[in-house]
Amino acid sequence: MKELSLNILDIAKNSVKAGATLIEIIIEDAGNRRTLTIKDNGCGMDEEFLSVVTDPFTTTRTTRSVGMGLPLLKLAAEQTGGSLGITSSTGADHGTTVTATFFTDHLDCVPLGDYAGTMSTLVQGSPDIDFDFIYRTDSGLKYLSTAEMREILGDVPLDTPDVLLWIEDSLNAPPEEES
Amino acid sequence: MKTLAELQAIREKMKDSVIMRSGSGNVRAVVGMATCGIAAGARPVLSALVEEVNTLGISDKVTVTQTGCIGICRYEPVVEVFEADKEKVTYVKMTPEKARRVAEEHLKNGKVVEEYTIGAVEK
Repeated sequence: MKELSLNILDIAKNSVKAGATLIEIIIEDAGNRRTLTIKDNGCGMDEEFLSVVTDPFTTTRTTRSVGMGLPLLKLAAEQTGGSLGITSSTGADHGTTVTATFFTDHLDCVPLGDYAGTMSTLVQGSPDIDFDFIYRTDSGLKYLSTAEMREILGDVPLDTPDVLLWIEDSLNAPPEEES
Repeated sequence: MKTLAELQAIREKMKDSVIMRSGSGNVRAVVGMATCGIAAGARPVLSALVEEVNTLGISDKVTVTQTGCIGICRYEPVVEVFEADKEKVTYVKMTPEKARRVAEEHLKNGKVVEEYTIGAVEK
């Protein structure tokens, strides 16, 4: 993947497929350390599947028996000296959390890329799911909450072209300063 | 950040137009968005399609949706066009530019862009 935002799009699609109704995507940059968290309330994975899920020959897809999503994210993190962690539960508090850490000053760290495009693509593909997006850096905060948008938009669906544009413009604008 | 007031304005603007729920069009353009498609550049292809369908004013008859792996990863990004009573058309190795042309010529005017189809590329 050329940008981390494409990994995010790819991994968040797993959450969509797991039947999540809320997907939280959090990026935190502190110094040279970037932490990415993708948390969903989907069906979760049992321990057996969880133990093999970063193996490229593990997948839920039916077109072939290779799944590269999580292995590619793991590679992207580890090649900067970072790591990938996954926790998951199929119980009452079902859901999955994927956490990846990166060292952004490492030569092999891929750029974050077009996260605004990733968010509008996710909303376009799943307008009835709620997404919370937070991007926190030393210079401020960007965030998007589809639940909040829904309150204002009423009956207007989130995949309306004007709304998708608003999402991109909103995330591409300079960050809010944190008080 | 863009203000929430602008969202309110979008709602006001939409009030007078008939809201089209996705899936209501006769023509469906489906973009493969699994790992293979995303890595090959499907995200900008999808954005270009959504934007062009809106610009051409054909969103009442054309729905743009996403799907998983179509099974022909080496041809990604792939766009499939479904139309009632017609055979499915599979466009392969798409780019945003090709997507805009497909929107204009095929989705709007009903003429298949043969040179981008899997049949033409496989020759």
